[in-house]
Amino acid sequence: MTKKVFNPDVDAPVFKGKYAPYDIIKEGTIAVVVVALLTVVLAVLFSSPDEKAVTIKSWSNATPMDFVATAITELDGTSGTATYGPPYNNAATGQQIGPFTLAKWMGLNAKVNTASDFVVAPLSTLADQPALKTALTAFTSASSTQKASWEANYSKALTTGRFSSGTLQVPATNAGPVPVMMSALTAMARSGALDQALVTAKGFYTTDYTKPLLFMADGSFLASKAQAQHLSGDQWGMMNETGSYPGQAWLWLYTMWYQVPPFSTSWGANADALVWALMMILTLLLALMPWIPGLRSIPRKVKVYRLIWREHYKNV
Amino acid sequence: MTTEIDRQWTTRLRKTVVEKLPPEKLLPDTQPAYVASWIYVFGVTTLAALGIVIATGCVLAMKGPLWWHLSSTGHFVNSLHLWSVEIFFFAMVIHLWGKYFMAAWRGGRQLTWVTGVVLFLTSIGAGFTGYVSQTNYDSQWISTQAKDGINATGGGAFFNVLNLGQMLMWHIVLLPLAAVALTAVHVIYVRIKGVVPPFEEEK
Repeated sequence: MTKKVFNPDVDAPVFKGKYAPYDIIKEGTIAVVVVALLTVVLAVLFSSPDEKAVTIKSWSNATPMDFVATAITELDGTSGTATYGPPYNNAATGQQIGPFTLAKWMGLNAKVNTASDFVVAPLSTLADQPALKTALTAFTSASSTQKASWEANYSKALTTGRFSSGTLQVPATNAGPVPVMMSALTAMARSGALDQALVTAKGFYTTDYTKPLLFMADGSFLASKAQAQHLSGDQWGMMNETGSYPGQAWLWLYTMWYQVPPFSTSWGANADALVWALMMILTLLLALMPWIPGLRSIPRKVKVYRLIWREHYKNV
Repeated sequence: MTTEIDRQWTTRLRKTVVEKLPPEKLLPDTQPAYVASWIYVFGVTTLAALGIVIATGCVLAMKGPLWWHLSSTGHFVNSLHLWSVEIFFFAMVIHLWGKYFMAAWRGGRQLTWVTGVVLFLTSIGAGFTGYVSQTNYDSQWISTQAKDGINATGGGAFFNVLNLGQMLMWHIVLLPLAAVALTAVHVIYVRIKGVVPPFEEEK
């Protein structure tokens, strides 16, 4: 029978040296007390950030023209959400890695039809507005071609439109019922009713904010606040938080890939899928380190362990 | 000859547990002399911070997700929760690097290493779902940004970062349960196998 060869990167020598007293309960207690005190000191000194959530009401009151410009893209199906693809709709394939279209394969989860969910359905909840009711009937019964023509004309006119004295003023154009709908939606948004209509579409109780968040993310108000707070994707994005707080610093490696080519340049269209794939590979390498020849030898070769066990080696 | 009692699942489980993890290994009163470096502090610091994270999280849970926006006491508890999380990750990352440079998987300790890495990933998930459950601007921005990464993997088909209810449940139920269970397994492996001995250097 052959004796197993000792591999220093896999096997550990049998320790035959001295043992010292060790009070594990005392150590644990001291650690809890010290960490608790440190936590209290940090909390007292630095508090925690809490910037109020943006609402569709605050967005449409602060920048009404950005709201309307976004709303018309939700209606004509050109917004970020309308053209997103899975898991919200089938308007696109979603990101892919070569032939692997993972998002498409996994399918839809939170179905969103922006024209219906963000514009028509909320407007339909408004009572006692005969002109709006007529406009909605005209819009929903029109052909796709007719709708597209109205929406295109309105979008064009909107570029010279303005919001003044609480009213949306867009030059007259052949846009059918769309101007009435957009004015009503803007008024609804500014009153706060659109926030409620979007979250209560499925009933009174809700904890799902998918629709208002997607709507707001399609506009530029949410992003401009993020830019000012150093939170955009090219500013190391979501690992930061508002104010000067450490945020999720442990996401630095994941966030770093978005800052460097080719993820930030030629691979940009599928950057999310590619960064995730790369991180999965790196994570697997980390988890399986004990079985990977070469990688598992690095600690023995770089000899940082001599610093850690310097007392031990002094006495050997 | 084995008796019916010897063959019982309960008897067999007790014997296995006592054999693998006798009381003197579970609660040792001595340790090898080589365990003498500041780096060893970070494992127990991570454990202590996890305890504070859970305790402060429980206080926040008692009053509901909006309490901390409306009360100065709530805001202070939120600050305690945040800073204990920061200490937790700081200590955990140093612990991980320390264990890497010790090649702490040696001597049949591979599963201690693997459970530690999986625990690190679970903690990242717990931290992330916490950030998107804050019900403020940070959670709005982080969730609308992070959705693209998760959707690109196909994960959006069952994990919707814009659904507050789903994220909060993952943050306060599923991921803490997983983290505590993994911590228990990780610590038990450490106690069974002991702290990895130093490399034997050639003379």
